[in-house]
Amino acid sequence: MREESLAIKDLHAEGRVYASRALLAFFLVVVGCGILVARMVWLQVLQHDVYVTESDRNRLHLQSVPPIRGLIHDRNGVLLADNRPIHSLTVIKERVPDIEHTLAQVQQLVPLEAAEIERFRERMTRARRPFESVPLRFKLREDEIARIAVNRHLLPGVQVEATLARYYPFGEAFAHSVGYVGRINESELKQLDQTDYAGTHHIGKIGVEKFYESRLHGTVGHQTVETDARGRVLRVIERTDPKPGQALQLSLDAGLQKAAIQALDGRRGAVVALDVNTGGVLALVSQPSYDPNPFVAGIDAKSYGLLRDSPDLPLFNRALRGRYPPGSTIKPFVALAGLDTGMVTRKSTVRDPGFFRLPNDTRKYRDWKKWGHGSEVDLDKAIVQSCDTYFYDLAFRLGIDRMHEYLSHFGFGQATGVDIVEEISGLLPSREWKRNAYRDGWYHGDTVNVGIGQGFMLVTPMRLATATAMLARRGAWVQPSLAMDAPAGPPRDRDMVLRNPGHWEPILQAMHSVVHSPAGTAHRISKDAQYEMAGKTGTAQVIGIAQDEEYDEAKVAERNRDHALFIAYAPYEEPEIAVAIIVENGGHGGATAAPIARVLFDAWLGSRGPIEQQALAQVILNVR
Amino acid sequence: MSANRDFLRQMPSLGMELRSAPALSMRMHFDPLLLLPILVVLAAGGFVLYSASGQNIDYVIRQGVRVGIALVVMITLAQFDPRQYRGWSPWIYLVGLVLVIGVLFYGADIKGAQRWLTLPGGTRFQPSELMKLALPMMLAWYLGEQRLPPRFRHVLVCLVLIALPAGIIARQPDLGTALLIAVSGLLVLWLAGLQWRFIFGFATLAAAAAPLLWYNMHEYQQQRVLTLLDLGADPLGAGWNINQSMIAIGSGGMEGKGWLQGTQSQLDFLPESHTDFIIAVLAEEWGLMGVLALLCAYLMIIARGIYIGMQAQDTYSRLLAGTITLTFFVYVFVNIGMVAGILPVVGVPLPLISYGGTSVVTLMAGFGMLMSIQTHRKLLA
Repeated sequence: MREESLAIKDLHAEGRVYASRALLAFFLVVVGCGILVARMVWLQVLQHDVYVTESDRNRLHLQSVPPIRGLIHDRNGVLLADNRPIHSLTVIKERVPDIEHTLAQVQQLVPLEAAEIERFRERMTRARRPFESVPLRFKLREDEIARIAVNRHLLPGVQVEATLARYYPFGEAFAHSVGYVGRINESELKQLDQTDYAGTHHIGKIGVEKFYESRLHGTVGHQTVETDARGRVLRVIERTDPKPGQALQLSLDAGLQKAAIQALDGRRGAVVALDVNTGGVLALVSQPSYDPNPFVAGIDAKSYGLLRDSPDLPLFNRALRGRYPPGSTIKPFVALAGLDTGMVTRKSTVRDPGFFRLPNDTRKYRDWKKWGHGSEVDLDKAIVQSCDTYFYDLAFRLGIDRMHEYLSHFGFGQATGVDIVEEISGLLPSREWKRNAYRDGWYHGDTVNVGIGQGFMLVTPMRLATATAMLARRGAWVQPSLAMDAPAGPPRDRDMVLRNPGHWEPILQAMHSVVHSPAGTAHRISKDAQYEMAGKTGTAQVIGIAQDEEYDEAKVAERNRDHALFIAYAPYEEPEIAVAIIVENGGHGGATAAPIARVLFDAWLGSRGPIEQQALAQVILNVR
Repeated sequence: MSANRDFLRQMPSLGMELRSAPALSMRMHFDPLLLLPILVVLAAGGFVLYSASGQNIDYVIRQGVRVGIALVVMITLAQFDPRQYRGWSPWIYLVGLVLVIGVLFYGADIKGAQRWLTLPGGTRFQPSELMKLALPMMLAWYLGEQRLPPRFRHVLVCLVLIALPAGIIARQPDLGTALLIAVSGLLVLWLAGLQWRFIFGFATLAAAAAPLLWYNMHEYQQQRVLTLLDLGADPLGAGWNINQSMIAIGSGGMEGKGWLQGTQSQLDFLPESHTDFIIAVLAEEWGLMGVLALLCAYLMIIARGIYIGMQAQDTYSRLLAGTITLTFFVYVFVNIGMVAGILPVVGVPLPLISYGGTSVVTLMAGFGMLMSIQTHRKLLA
C-alpha cells in the first residue's frame, strides 16, 4: 500500500505546485506588508498633524486658575467682605475605586450629616469636567484635617483642598447691603461666561456682591499642565496669572451702621442714611437680619427654612423692598406743592374741628387729634403739629394730578436706582394708575388720603431718604449709591425747579420746628443737641379704621399697630446727612423713630472730623 | 525507496552541495540567514520593551531570560531530523488535543477565559500554543502521505483535523487563537495545492456561515468587531485602546518622537503598551522609519523561510516550513493591523517583540524546525 502510493506520488510535480503556491503566498505577504505600510503612511505622514493634536490634547490640559475676589471695605477701610482660607474635603470621582466604601471610611474619621452626603451625591451626578473635584464637606476643623491626613493612604481620591472663601466679619449687620456670594447654580451657569468662570465656584447672589459681580470677580488665569492618563499633573508648562477682582470701597460707615442697628434695639424696621451732597449711602439697615456666612458654603435646608418661615421676615430687605405708607412724612412735600401752585400761602389758615369733610359728603376724615388743632391752622403749624385736616383740605384743593406731578419730581413711585439689584419702587398713585389697576375712576376721597400719606401711596425707606436729601438740597437731584466711585453723577435735568425758589424756606423752617420748637412732634430729640436739624414724623396706619371708631393702641394687637416713621436731615444750615427711619408697629413716629435719627446724627456729626477719621483708618490698617 | 533516491541524485542543485564540504553552520544545524534577522528583531524588541514598560529594566531582564530559553529550544529542535518530526506528528497532535480539552476542565481562569494549564511547580502554559505547531505538523504528515493535490475526502479529513482543536479553543474562549490556528491549518492545505474550485467553494461557504459565527460570538467579541467598524462612537469605552494606539502611531510621524520620548506610551495613555500594543510604542518613538525597518527584518525572515520550504526535499518538510513561515506573517499582519486600526482587536502579540514567554518560545520552536529542515537536507543523500 505504502509502496503503491509512493509510486503514484509525483514528487517533482508536487514540488512545482508547492513552489508556485509558496511564491504566490510570498507575493501576498508583500502585498500584506504594502497594506500595513500604506496604513502607517496614512497615519504617520498624511494624518500626522491630526494625531499630534490629539496626542497633545491627551496630555496637555488647560486648567483655569480662578481669580481672587475683590475685597469690600466701608468708607474708612473697614473690611466688610473678606476672603479667608477654608479647608474642604473633596473627592475626585475618577480616582475612587468604590465610592460607597470611601464614604463609609470618611464617615468614621469626619462626621458627615445625611444632608451633606445627599448634596454630595447630587453634585456627583451633575455635569463636571473630568478629574474635577467634588466637595463633600466644607470647613474642616484642624483636628479633622489631621485625621484625614493620617489616613490618606486608605482614601484614594479623597483630598483636603484649601480654598479662599468669602467671609463677612460683621455677620448680619451688612447682609442687606453687601449681600453675599453663594455657589453658582445651574441656571446661573448657563448665563455665565464659561471661560471666565471656569475655576470659580461662587458668584454674588444678592446685594453689592451681585451688583458689582464683574468688578469683584476679576479675570480668570490659565495654566497648561501635562498630565498622565490618570489625570495626575506632572508639570506646569505655561501659566497666565489671573487678575484679581478689584477692591470695592463703599460709602457705608461701619460705625454708623452699628449705631443704627443698636438704636433699632431689636425692633423690626429699616434705617437709610445718605450723604446729602454725594448721595452716598452711609447706613442701610433692615432688621431683623441674618448671617450671610452660612450662605457662602450653602446653607442647610433646615436653617434656611427657619429663616424663610420666620414671621419677622429676616430675609426681607425692608430698606429697599419694604413698601410702607409714608404717613405724615409726606406732608412737607405736599405743602411745597401747595405753596408753589398758590393753593395756600404761608399765612393762609384752615379751621380744624378734628375732622375734614368733602363738600356734599357726610364722611368724616379724622384728624389724629380728636378735638382738632384749633380754628387757625397755618402751614407752619400744620407741619410742626402734623395737622391732618389742613392736608386733607390742601390735597383736595391741589387735586391728584398736581400732587402727582410735584411728588414725581422727588422720585416718589420710582426706584432710586441705587446699586443693589433687588430694589423695587414704591407707589405714587394717579388717575391713570387707578384706572389700570382697579378699572375704577379716581375719587376725591382717594386724593384726600394721599394728602396725609395714606391710601394708595407707598414708599420704600430708600426712596424716602432720597427725597429727604432732596429737600435738604432744595430740590437738587440726589442719586443714592453704595460704591464710593459709583458711575454717573446725578442728572442735572432732574433737579426740581420751583416757580419761586423762596418756597423752600417755609417748609424747611417748619421741619426745623418739628424738632426744635416745643410744640414739634419730635421736639424731644433736640435736647442737648450740638447741632440743629430738620425732620418730620409720621405714623402710618396698618389697618383701616372704621368711621366713628377710635384708634386705641392698647387694644390693637402688636402686629396691627401703626408703623412709626421719621425723616430728617442735619445740620440744618449746611446739611450733610439725611435719614429715613421706619419702625414697624412702632406706634408714634415722634416717640419711636425720631430718637434713632438723633443717635445717627450724633454718631455721624459728633464723632467726625478729618483728623479723627484718618486716625480711625490708620488703626484699622494696623489691625489688619 | 531506491528509485526515489536515483531520482533525487539527478537533481543538479543537490549534486553541487554534496560535493562541497558541509559548512560549520550546517553541522551545528543553525541557519545564519534566518538567525540574523531574528536576533536583530529580538534586540530591537529589548529597547522597545524598556521604553514600553515605563523604563523598567526588570521587564527587559525577564524577557531576556525567556528569549534565552527560546533560543535554547530553537537550537535543540534544530538538531532533530525532520523525518523524526514527521513520525511524532500524529502523537504530538493527539497530546495537544488532550491538553486543549483538559484546559476546559482544569484551566486557570484569567480575565474570564480558561487558557492556561498550571504545571507542577507553578509554571503555567497555554496548550493552544502547542497546537499552533502541532496542527500544521499533523496536516503536513497527513497530506504528505497522500497524493497531491488533495482529493475531496482528504480535504474533508483535514478540515475535521482543523475544526477539532479550533472549535475547542474557541470555547475557552479564545476566538483569536482559534482563528489563527484554523488559518495555519488552511495554509497547509493551500501549500499542498488545494484546487481553486475548493478554495472558492469554501470561501462561499464561509461567507454564508459568517452570520452563524456572529451569533455564536461572546458579547465582548462582537463588541471588538463593532469597535473596528465605528471607532469614534465610544472613545472612552471599547474604542479607547485602538483610538489611543492610532494617536500614538500617528503622532510619531516620519522620524518618531525619540526613544523614551513618546508621550502616549510614557504617560500611560497607551494600554497594553508592553504586550499586544507594543508596535504603537515603536511607531511613536521611532516613527515610520522604525516601522519600515522592522517590516524589512520580518520580510527577510519570511523570505528565508519560504526559501527553506522550496529547498526542502519532501512534502512534509515543505508544507511544515511554508506553514510556519506564513503563520509567522499572519501574526505580524494581524497584530500590526489590529493596532493600526484596520483589523478587530484580537489578542495576538507582535512576534518576537511583545512581552511574554509563550509566544516567543513557540515562534522560536518553529524557527528551530525550519533550521532542522534546512540543515538536514544533505543527510538525505
